[in-house]
Amino acid sequence: MSSPRGVRPFDLQSPTERAYFDRWGSGLVVVLPAQRPGPTEWGRGGPPHGGAWIHLGEDGKARAFTGKVEVGQGTRTALSLLVAEELRLPLSLVELTMGDTDVCPWDMGTFGSRSMPDAGEHLRTTGAAARSLLLEIAAKNLGVAPGKVQLFDGRAWANGTDASRGVSYGDLVKGLRRVEMVPPTTRPTPPSDWKRAGQPTTDLGAHDVVTGARQYTSDLHLPGMLFGRILFPPSYGAKLRSVDLARARALPGVTAVQEGDFVGVAAPDLPMARTALQALRAEWETVPQPSEKNIVEYLRQHPAEGEDFWDVIHHEAGNVGTALASAPVSLHETYTTAYIAHVPLETHAVLASWEGERLTVWMGAQTPFRARDTLSEALGLHPSNVRVVVPPTGSGFGGKHAGELAVGAARLAKAAGHPVRITYTREEEFTQAYFRPMAVIDIRSGAERDGGITAWEFHDLNAGSAAARIPYRVANQKIDNQPADSPLPQGSYRALAATANNFARESHMDELAARVGADPVEYRLRHLADDRLAAVLRAVSERAGWVARTVPPTTGQRHGRGRGIAVGLEKGGRVATFVEVQVHEDRRLEVLRIVTGFECGAIVHPSNLRSQVEGGTIMALGGALFEAIHFENGHILNPKLSEYRVPRFRDAPPIDVLLLDRRDLPSQGAGEAPLIAVAPALANAIYDATGQRLRSLPLVPDGTVP
Amino acid sequence: MAKGSSQSGTVITLTGFASAGGPRSHLAVVGPRSLASMSSIASTERPGAKPSLRVNGTDHPISLDRDRSLLYVLREELGLTGTKYGCGEGECGACKVLVDGVAVRSCKTPVGEAVGRSIVTIEGLAQGDRLHPVQQAFIDAGAFQCGFCTPGMIMAAVSLLSRSPRPPEDEIRAAMDGNVCRCGGYLRIIDAVQKASSLSHGAGGTP
Repeated sequence: MSSPRGVRPFDLQSPTERAYFDRWGSGLVVVLPAQRPGPTEWGRGGPPHGGAWIHLGEDGKARAFTGKVEVGQGTRTALSLLVAEELRLPLSLVELTMGDTDVCPWDMGTFGSRSMPDAGEHLRTTGAAARSLLLEIAAKNLGVAPGKVQLFDGRAWANGTDASRGVSYGDLVKGLRRVEMVPPTTRPTPPSDWKRAGQPTTDLGAHDVVTGARQYTSDLHLPGMLFGRILFPPSYGAKLRSVDLARARALPGVTAVQEGDFVGVAAPDLPMARTALQALRAEWETVPQPSEKNIVEYLRQHPAEGEDFWDVIHHEAGNVGTALASAPVSLHETYTTAYIAHVPLETHAVLASWEGERLTVWMGAQTPFRARDTLSEALGLHPSNVRVVVPPTGSGFGGKHAGELAVGAARLAKAAGHPVRITYTREEEFTQAYFRPMAVIDIRSGAERDGGITAWEFHDLNAGSAAARIPYRVANQKIDNQPADSPLPQGSYRALAATANNFARESHMDELAARVGADPVEYRLRHLADDRLAAVLRAVSERAGWVARTVPPTTGQRHGRGRGIAVGLEKGGRVATFVEVQVHEDRRLEVLRIVTGFECGAIVHPSNLRSQVEGGTIMALGGALFEAIHFENGHILNPKLSEYRVPRFRDAPPIDVLLLDRRDLPSQGAGEAPLIAVAPALANAIYDATGQRLRSLPLVPDGTVP
Repeated sequence: MAKGSSQSGTVITLTGFASAGGPRSHLAVVGPRSLASMSSIASTERPGAKPSLRVNGTDHPISLDRDRSLLYVLREELGLTGTKYGCGEGECGACKVLVDGVAVRSCKTPVGEAVGRSIVTIEGLAQGDRLHPVQQAFIDAGAFQCGFCTPGMIMAAVSLLSRSPRPPEDEIRAAMDGNVCRCGGYLRIIDAVQKASSLSHGAGGTP
């Protein structure tokens, strides 16, 4: 096999020694330097990042690079629009490479709604610097001062002359092999001056999607490729005692591998791989595991100690104990959420291929650089000898962070001497991934008789710190969280802690409003400390035709119509959601309509933002109404789509989306915040309809109000 | 499109709305009885001939010696990867293809059942550079995010419109409830189906 010598990932070289021009030809390269204070450290100027770079080529194209990945959230088009905007180029001349560890800037991962605020800003700044350089070069070329040059649609011309007498970008950079760093003083185009960004745009790659031409990882095929399967423990906590590979190895074309706890097979076709997996003789030692019953008590009794959790909040102001003791009105309630699954429609998929000592892995992953680290550590490879590429991915929702599957595929490929692709079955996707953590949240609050909130004690168990802080004015508050020793594997999930914390807080606010006879909208506006959030709430209540109510509903109503509202502030986005429901005579819940308002600063890609808000709202309906993982003694009881209910066409109510475009504010992410007010708005609407307060998600597991 | 014609071995290539389906539900998965009849076609109708699968107008020789789904053969043997695996139990619709004009879940269809019938996959829907109206409508409506469910959604929509050219929203919801979009794009997909309905019944007529 040929030696891969000479291939070195760009992020592991200094900006000036990278082979930009060998790969993409002569031109101008502009680099925003990396800022990496440490692998987990949050730098002063935001999270650590690997910078950005743009190559302007002789073909007139701008090739931009980011370590973020596209898993369906639409950032490929949105980020490309920002580059097009800065360089005054049509979108068709921007080529964005995402999530390829050989040529992209290092990135911590695509999570936390960071693509727009981080990669977006980096690409804007880099594009702006490239534009300044182009102006200089063009001025020299045209024989005028730099201030006398126009740039538009990939051409430069002198002020007062005709665009057709100008020169193309490709000609301007012809023969150049110039690398420049972004000057720290660079300022991108203010959103108020945007011409391309902020305009309706068709998503890049749409044609490939509707014709089936788009290739996801699970669609990739290499010559000689084998199909891999992994032997998984029969239950959580089970330990492999012994395994006999002989019967599998006797099958034609089958490779079977055991390395420590990893056992896998690879075969020329999938049916044979399945046969080989069944032919393995394994003995397992199982350990009794906690079950779903009494899970709240279990989590309370099993705080996780001594680990280095970064997602922790301990916030205190005033004296919450004294304020609670003296409050004329007080409430103490507990709210819970369930373990739920990501259910990405494309299950986890990996294709691993070796060339000598160099490994290339294509995978649907949200953290390609972390996967590179995982692979190089597990396989004893220098990071230069690992390349991770993220093809278009059939959604992630926070579920595709792990790299272990790639390690398995790489081991099988090495042993077999052929590329190996592994695609999880749907059941494996349920049982081998991790879940959104279940949360238990206790709130104690105190208020004056007129409703003014004086005390707020908020304790989150096992979800996390996101959106735990209260956006309302309260003098005395104590907010903290405590991770727990979860009986199920748990991890990242779209808006995970924010969904739980917001559900608890916004339900509780409604309960307080009812106790003091205040209208839920007025009560929130009275306390809101965030003007942007207040503006969204006002806009939504007006659009929805909110009618103020100060008298709580009669308890014990069996059915009726109800309206609920909730707000949320998360990842820089502000959301307010209004829901109208009908509880039918048979207690069946029908969601009649939703109005949701969202503000995340300057809108880059309006149609995609609307799509994110609609989609996020529908995804949130699933977790709010009926999604739940059931488990018993280390087994998932509903690891199938026929047993785990996700939202379908019949579950999608009309959704009226209000977008507030704030061109005066930086663009924030929109992948998560639009989800977080849905569950509390629903619980509040059910309360309005029936007088019954539901404090556990999912609210209506079988579709009827309990 | 009469079922009898395919059973008699006549190959009819179906594209677009012209392939008006019979009274069968578009969600119907061919049952055991038809499995038997199809197998008999495969083994008796053309004795000695290698069975072949007619996909997007082209015959592909296949072997029936092992138990494989139509989905697996399309994706891994014929390289038509536009059709997706989502769940393997017929619950998500990502694997839908047209069999004699009707959307069928290919993950639950043994390949033997498809022999002698006309299969259209997402790759075979456009005519040259001209997108099928449903494909165009999905672009116009921005009806996808990750795009993984889209081929199955489009096939389900084509099947629906072929038997009900102007479906009201309720009918679209009911007919497509077997297709999952985890990104939550349902409202836009409904919009796309309605757009396609008016596209194909506007000035241009059926494609």
